[in-house]
Amino acid sequence: MTQLSKRPVTWLRRNLVVIAGLLTLAYMILPNVVVMVFSFNKPNGRFNYAWQQFSLDAWKDPCGVADLCGSLALSLQLGFWAMLGATVLGTMVAFALVRYRFRARGAINSLIFLPMAMPEVVMAASLLTLFLNMGAPLGFWTVLIAHIMFCLSFVVTAVKARVMSMDPRLEEAARDLYAGPLQTFLRVTLPIAAPGIAAGALLAFSLSFDDFIITNFNAGSTVTFPMFVWGSAQRGTPVQINVIGTAMFVIAVLVVLGGQLLASRRKNSAAPE
Amino acid sequence: MTQKTEGGDVRLAGISKTYGAFTAVHPLDLTVPQGSFFALLGASGCGKTTTLRMIAGLEDPSTGTVSLGSTDVTHLPPYKRPVNTVFQSYALFPHLDISENVAFGLRRRGIKSVQKQVDEMLELVQLGQFAHRKPHQLSGGQQQRVAVARALINHPQVLLLDEPLGALDLKLRRQMQLELKRIQTEVGITFVHVTHDQEEAMTMADQVAVMNGGRVEQLGAPADLYENPRTTFVANFLGTSNLIQAEIAATASDVTTVTCGDVKLKLPAGRCRAQTSPGDRILIGVRPEKVSIAHADDDATVPDSRNRLTGRIVASSFIGVSTQFIVDSPSCADFEVYVQNVERDARLTPGTEVVLHWNPEHTFGLDADQAIDAGVQSVEDAS
Repeated sequence: MTQLSKRPVTWLRRNLVVIAGLLTLAYMILPNVVVMVFSFNKPNGRFNYAWQQFSLDAWKDPCGVADLCGSLALSLQLGFWAMLGATVLGTMVAFALVRYRFRARGAINSLIFLPMAMPEVVMAASLLTLFLNMGAPLGFWTVLIAHIMFCLSFVVTAVKARVMSMDPRLEEAARDLYAGPLQTFLRVTLPIAAPGIAAGALLAFSLSFDDFIITNFNAGSTVTFPMFVWGSAQRGTPVQINVIGTAMFVIAVLVVLGGQLLASRRKNSAAPE
Repeated sequence: MTQKTEGGDVRLAGISKTYGAFTAVHPLDLTVPQGSFFALLGASGCGKTTTLRMIAGLEDPSTGTVSLGSTDVTHLPPYKRPVNTVFQSYALFPHLDISENVAFGLRRRGIKSVQKQVDEMLELVQLGQFAHRKPHQLSGGQQQRVAVARALINHPQVLLLDEPLGALDLKLRRQMQLELKRIQTEVGITFVHVTHDQEEAMTMADQVAVMNGGRVEQLGAPADLYENPRTTFVANFLGTSNLIQAEIAATASDVTTVTCGDVKLKLPAGRCRAQTSPGDRILIGVRPEKVSIAHADDDATVPDSRNRLTGRIVASSFIGVSTQFIVDSPSCADFEVYVQNVERDARLTPGTEVVLHWNPEHTFGLDADQAIDAGVQSVEDAS
């Protein structure tokens, strides 16, 4: 006892990093925990802000609120197509920027960052002006075009970092070993760039799924999931929103864990027998 | 690539490579005989790697042609040439295991059952138990052997090696030199080896082409290049040479006599690479290990038939098998002498007056119109 009380300062100094780490982790996770806990709530009235009693009602009927699952499906669709479009275009842009020397390459390199740096509200308003002037009917397609546009920067950045660290001699080695241009790309370039491309794609999906400001400006009468949540928050928040949020969180965590498990298993199988 | 013509020479006819205003390789004619171990030796930037890449097809020559046997392959892409390369950084595919790295070339040519060949090839390079590891789990020397196996499994007509031992430490490098030489003798494929390490080139190759500034300075067997350098670059780049500026005093049918100040030296007329009329300037050279060193007190014991210089020891370094002396002589400022440590003369310490003497047969003569320190500088640039 005396020893312990003698050395609280030493103990604190030794464990400061761990304590700081745990506190930061708690800071990040707490909001998700609240969402999860309140998905099992049975609120009195329309607002799910105060704990009343445990219930599985919302989990049993996640689509029980009008328009919720429709907006969710729309957001998932938008996320998928925005991810696909931005990943394909962004990967090509990244390869072009790293591999080729052409006029205005420097300028393009900086312009790519513009959508990331510009305040979202400004971009949303300018996009709306653009679409209105072009006479484009607002809806799914205008939102998709906008999403691909702002996801592009993130994909380019993620893929570029990977391509820059790739040894161009690997592709020369492939060509030297009887692989034609297509084979070289499919067998060597793409697999090696894949982690960067996957990171870009995931980022694009979550950015698109999550986006509210740009979407709200350019969606017309279309309602995405974030817009639905925002809209319902004016009138009352159904527990189902927490259910969807918790499900998304759990799926994301499972994907990450699964990826890590796969990687470690691959490592083990490659280790010496 | 599928035709099974048995080898043939590699013939480079007038190939050159220019990048804008910079000429990496000047028009170059070179024939590598089938089945030989051929080295392209030079400092970095001399054009040796560019030449190799033109043989591989990774670089298009600006002029000239590349032929393998009787086939002109100048315009074939690398994946259609029966040539494989071992890259400087090995360039192993990080996402494939060792077995798949080695099988890559066979699979691309549509060969279905590759396992037996892969296993055999991994045995040849003694890496059988590593078949299912990833490249990054192997040491540098093991990766290097995988790179060799990955190229050799395709039975290329020519194997190109681009500084394949550069990343290895000295001991491993010596070991791999012998290993590569063994493999080459075993499989009988033509090897073209690019290196900046003159010792490596001389140890391994049957023929060495010394390159400098995009040109081949001299081509020949290692011993021939070493004993009979034709330029100061070769004399200095391959080992060390003591070069002395002299003037021709007399020419006879077999012996040329030169003077350097008041010193008279002789050399065989056949070893003069320069014009030999009295009064002309000439550079004469002798290798450090051919020279004997004696204390000035023992002057009388040196036979008259030998070339002799006097000087004072500036520095001496003991390196086990031999001792290296640097002697300041009126004819040559930093004359190097390597003496085998058979019987060491304890009096030979820095500051001692000495007599240097050697058999005139070991003297060679070079054209005086070239930089006396040509190859010396290039070696420093490369390091």
